[in-house]
Amino acid sequence: MSTTRAAASVLYDVPGPKARLRYRLFGALGALGIAALLWYAVSSLADAGQFDADLWSIFQYTTVQQRILDGVLATLEAFALSAVGSLVLGALLAVGRLSDHRPIRAVATAVVQFFRAMPLLIMIFALYQAAFGAHPLWALVIGLTLYNGAVQAEVIRTGINAVPRGQAEAAYALGLRKTQVMAIVLIPQAVRSMLPAIIGQLVVTLKDTSLGYIITYPELLWEMKIIATNSDGYPYIPVVLVGTPIYILLCLALTGLAQWIEARGRRGANRRTTAAA
Amino acid sequence: MGILFEDGNFPLFVHGFLKTLELSALSALFALVLGTVLAAFRVSPVPVLRTFGTAWVTVFRNTPLTMLFFAVTFVLPPLDVHFDSFTLAVIALSVYTGSFVCEVLRAGINTVPLGQAEAARSLGMGFGQTLSLVVLPQAARTVLAPMGSVFIALPRNSAIAGGFNVAELFSVQKTLTEKGYAIVAIFVWLALAYLVISFAINAVFSTLERRLAVAR
Repeated sequence: MSTTRAAASVLYDVPGPKARLRYRLFGALGALGIAALLWYAVSSLADAGQFDADLWSIFQYTTVQQRILDGVLATLEAFALSAVGSLVLGALLAVGRLSDHRPIRAVATAVVQFFRAMPLLIMIFALYQAAFGAHPLWALVIGLTLYNGAVQAEVIRTGINAVPRGQAEAAYALGLRKTQVMAIVLIPQAVRSMLPAIIGQLVVTLKDTSLGYIITYPELLWEMKIIATNSDGYPYIPVVLVGTPIYILLCLALTGLAQWIEARGRRGANRRTTAAA
Repeated sequence: MGILFEDGNFPLFVHGFLKTLELSALSALFALVLGTVLAAFRVSPVPVLRTFGTAWVTVFRNTPLTMLFFAVTFVLPPLDVHFDSFTLAVIALSVYTGSFVCEVLRAGINTVPLGQAEAARSLGMGFGQTLSLVVLPQAARTVLAPMGSVFIALPRNSAIAGGFNVAELFSVQKTLTEKGYAIVAIFVWLALAYLVISFAINAVFSTLERRLAVAR
């Protein structure tokens, strides 16, 4: 954060009295504009009667609360399965792209390029129609695994290439075989160094579970829609105002985890450098 | 495999393809404008605007795109804001993609050497001039590669619009599936269409990268 502030402040001088006045004026105008925007949003919601108690009272029913909870759990289930799947597939494809054998390399490259270029929704829908009409969860999970696996493969491959060459050379010198070098020396280090990017992609995976809505998998967004259509007055707006923060919090929690791990990793690295020096 | 040329499917497919292109192009344009404005907000000397930019990006980067489509489709009509589903799709896609463009540009602003902005300021340029004449043009050149992946993701994301009543390629897939054609054949044609789009954008961005590469 401190670096961004330093880089940002290089864009303008330390304000003098006039500039400070001007910034304050802009600040006031900006605040006024934002307040007007918020007021417009809130007042048009209120005018449309969207803050009426009876539209919001549905959230007191235990059945509705249960539905939201079920939705969150279904979202997390799809996310957990596809996260594990995409990491395993990603590691395999990354190793495939770095293989010594040309055919394996060609196949892995083709698979990665193809699935990275395909819209996830098109794949999920085709899977749903072709094989998993009764089990939309698996259409969703397989689609997510294929797409995110291809993306994770590129991330992990970048990480493997970034591991210092001496690591692999030392491992070969100790008599480890190719598979062992990859599995116990290169991949662990690659995953560790790319962890922020990997978790960033996991956030994307989490967000994309909402595509289950389109193939009627009962995840959070689907449950939200069911709640809205089954209640008096069709409370779509209250439902959106409740559902969006849930998604945002889930994603922020995952991002927070990434930052925490990154901070921990830096701490460890610092300790090692001090020891080495 | 010949399903595309039977039964009047070809005009349907072409129409969907063009709609996807139109949707992506319009959203790309608005996302670029919105992202640039947000990035300027996020590095501006006015704290209120910085906070607004940060809040906006945090909210829209962490909301699933499907949720955004759901929101614009079901929230605006009760408020007496009526747009056709295509305009709604452009709004959802631009707002979503704009926040990613903002983050990419901001990362680029941080890579521009400090001396550039310092030189601009010593020539007497203000914040607006420094940013728009000196820093942003250089930042845009350094972030062409990540910007490329944002804009390659855009047509792929636009498929969600098909789930919300826009007649683009995903709704072509739905229509053809309902007509009972082989799912694999439909998938192959759609895959081809999307591959053409993403290779075209990829080609544009790699040409730009070659032409505009910064020698440092």
